[in-house]
Amino acid sequence: MTDAAATHAAEHPPYLAHHFTDIEQQNEAGTLGMWLFLVTEIMFFGGLFAAYAIYRYMYFDGFYKGSHLLDWHYGAANTAVLIGSSLTMALAVRAAQLGQRKALIAFLLLTMLLGIAFLGIKLTFEWSNDYREHLIPGHLFPGMEFDTIKHGPAVQLFFCFYFFMTGLHALHMIVGLGIMAVLVWMAARGRFDAGYFAPVEVSGLYWHFVDIVWIFLFPLLYLIGGTYKQ
Amino acid sequence: MSVHVVPVRTYVTIFLLLMVFTATTVWVATIDLGPFNTLVALTIAVIKMLLVILFFMHVRSSSALTKTFILAGFFWLLLLMAFTLTDEGSRNLPPPPDGWGSATVAPAAPAKP
Repeated sequence: MTDAAATHAAEHPPYLAHHFTDIEQQNEAGTLGMWLFLVTEIMFFGGLFAAYAIYRYMYFDGFYKGSHLLDWHYGAANTAVLIGSSLTMALAVRAAQLGQRKALIAFLLLTMLLGIAFLGIKLTFEWSNDYREHLIPGHLFPGMEFDTIKHGPAVQLFFCFYFFMTGLHALHMIVGLGIMAVLVWMAARGRFDAGYFAPVEVSGLYWHFVDIVWIFLFPLLYLIGGTYKQ
Repeated sequence: MSVHVVPVRTYVTIFLLLMVFTATTVWVATIDLGPFNTLVALTIAVIKMLLVILFFMHVRSSSALTKTFILAGFFWLLLLMAFTLTDEGSRNLPPPPDGWGSATVAPAAPAKP
């Protein structure tokens, strides 16, 4: 190591970028930036929720019938799975804060496993079932068109919202799984320690946000008008 | 550096509370409260969201600037919901076309914070 490089390393740790005074300022900027992105995500999903509210108000009958064509058991099970993955993600961030590499990797993998379980339940027990029962809106699959004669057009509208909202949520989860795969790879290469774990922290914020979206989707899609009339 | 490490017990407690609230929202759905079913479900969802934001996302111990950003985001969401729904609710909408079913009598989906 040359003298200049040695002096440089003594002045600041390699993970601290030059334009920040100290690591607190760098972490603060990172967290704030991630929250700014999440605020745009709140507005993005907020637009969908607003559209949902209007059409549910206009065609309540259809939304009510559509909701009862979903099985709330799977929705509730997936809520539990996703809340569990939020817990393991929070514990992963905690392990990163304490510089525990093995625990960090284990909790990240556990979070990924629960995320995959969520998507698996959705795909195997819900979406494929909707496909077989002609509940996928439009003419996307020839021969498996939406059964408008049996259910009526307003129910089809409900399923448009159902697939759009759960689909976008699932897309966010797939992105989250990709981010976590990168985190596992970085952690395995020893890129994080008790001083530097900002990527784990901000990725955790994203994962918890996706959890929050589902916390609203579950009652709004699965529990319209309750389960008492079934 | 000053890292605020939260004890494992806190995270587990929040997780259990979230599970209890999930069970509650399913249980309440078995009782006929009329339009209030939606209100109760959304209230429980907001409580769950606050638990996740404050504890899992560490907003409880984050800076005032970050908190301001988050509150601004939710304020804008409130504007989006409130103006959209008041506009829609104050219009004389024609009845749904044949086969589209009837609209709800009760106000559905109140605005989220």
